[in-house]
Amino acid sequence: MPRCSDPLPACGARPAAPPVWTRRRREALAGYAFVAPDLIGLLIFVGLPMVLALGVSLFSVDGFGGYTFVGLDNFRQMAADAQLWQSVKVTLTYVVTFVPIGFVVSLGLALLVRDHFPGVGLVRTMFFLPHVISLVVVGVVWQFLLVDKQGAVPALLRPVGLGEVSFLGNPALALGSLVVISIWFLMGYQMLILLGGLKDIPKEYEEAARVDGATAWQRFRHVIWPLLRPTSFFVLVNSTVGAVTGLQAFDLVYVLTKGGPAGSTSTVVFYIYQQAFTFNNYGYAAALTTAVVAFLVVATGLMFGATKGGRFDVG
Amino acid sequence: MSVRLRALAGYMLAAITVAPLVWLLVSVLKPADELFQVAVPSRLTLDNLLYVLTEVPIGRYMLNSAVVSVAVTVVALVLHSMAAYALARLRFPGRQVIFSVIVSTLLVSLPVILVPLFLVARQLGLLDTYAGLILPAIFHAFGIFLLRQYYLTIPRELEEAADLDGCGYFRRWWQVVVPLSRPILASLAVLFFLANWNAFLWPLTATREPDLRMVQVGIATLQGQYGSAWNYVLAATVVAAVPTLIAFVLGQRRLVEAIKTSGLK
Repeated sequence: MPRCSDPLPACGARPAAPPVWTRRRREALAGYAFVAPDLIGLLIFVGLPMVLALGVSLFSVDGFGGYTFVGLDNFRQMAADAQLWQSVKVTLTYVVTFVPIGFVVSLGLALLVRDHFPGVGLVRTMFFLPHVISLVVVGVVWQFLLVDKQGAVPALLRPVGLGEVSFLGNPALALGSLVVISIWFLMGYQMLILLGGLKDIPKEYEEAARVDGATAWQRFRHVIWPLLRPTSFFVLVNSTVGAVTGLQAFDLVYVLTKGGPAGSTSTVVFYIYQQAFTFNNYGYAAALTTAVVAFLVVATGLMFGATKGGRFDVG
Repeated sequence: MSVRLRALAGYMLAAITVAPLVWLLVSVLKPADELFQVAVPSRLTLDNLLYVLTEVPIGRYMLNSAVVSVAVTVVALVLHSMAAYALARLRFPGRQVIFSVIVSTLLVSLPVILVPLFLVARQLGLLDTYAGLILPAIFHAFGIFLLRQYYLTIPRELEEAADLDGCGYFRRWWQVVVPLSRPILASLAVLFFLANWNAFLWPLTATREPDLRMVQVGIATLQGQYGSAWNYVLAATVVAAVPTLIAFVLGQRRLVEAIKTSGLK
């Protein structure tokens, strides 16, 4: 198809240009045809569920798919649902411990393996390895390692007098264990992203600071940290969203503790799952889903606004 | 820190990191009655692995996982590449809006929409079918987004040459763009395969039928059934992790590249 509207020299030589709109229309048609399968799929399997959550939250749904309109009852129920607030508390505790500690550990690892030393590639791979294994396997392995009295971890801690501690049976320790295991699972992934960010910082900047007599801490504080901010922002947002709504907040909990003991590891997404698929309260679960989506939209908007999208152009 | 000190710290931390996985491997080879002994096993045995391979339908679970993971990966790559090409290159009204809509779905993770997605799948008759395991897993904006960013960097001149040769849009995409994007397609293939092989929540929700269990659901079921028969549960996890490790070893460099770029975009 000749295309005389284009500034290509070869085109100018072509005779008999057909009307421009044909070409445009053809391109547009091709565009829609190419995008359609993915767009329709996303609308059915992501968009529709989001809208549906809002609709279904106004109904009481029984196990056989019978819907009864109940208005805002599901939302009123939330206020008085002690177990829900317990799971909100669990999730928040999980987020405020897992996100910062995980970030510091990942950044430490990234700085450690940033420059070459013999075997650095293998070391990076070993840090990343847990992330390749599924969360189900991770859950099973750690449950095995933590088995009361017999597991490898209690056995190793016996000399220091901690061998009889029950890691997954004690509400105070179960959530802590979940945090540690989550960090073990995610740190290699975050390390890789931070490593990418570190590699983008020109070596000359640090060299210049070194020549000026800056200590290692000063070089980190005044050279690396400011330049690493966009990457750090991405990692922090990612791990926060992952901690609130991600798979590790479900898969790990499901395999490791089933939310116990005494609800101490029941995260919000695990609680929603239970409401829907253990108690068949689909309507209530949809209302909870709506609340989580609303929370996410507001939280993301706030974070985005507060950080100018993580760009930090100023200062 | 001196190089030697950093190396030493790196080796030690790496050893601690992989210790649980090494422990798993050793435990699987121990006789059942020595499973919890922190000592060198008296002998090594394949009994646990053989039991799982012969007495538990782990082969069936792995086959299900393989079918679903490969199907999702192939279909997703084709559809995402087409959509990404259109969004990066073709001009049509509403392109920006469509792109924004697609990107905004990145905010939503599966656990968040699980319940309504289950209701949609039920209405469509997708529960307890392979289609139900495959279809919802295909549509994810991440791949589209990454491919689009990549396609923006392909020189327009190459396509224009194909245009002059009389290629339509489909052939320009298939014969020019796709071959040029092999590296990123390979990266995404590793990523998609691993994600789907490791998927647990949706397969758990979408199937009740034991014959449709994917491997992660199979392990979780074993964990429930065999309770304290740890040797068998652990053996099953090792068997299930083998394809993951193979995919990882084969595609390590690609995977690492994909993860690094996803952080920079």
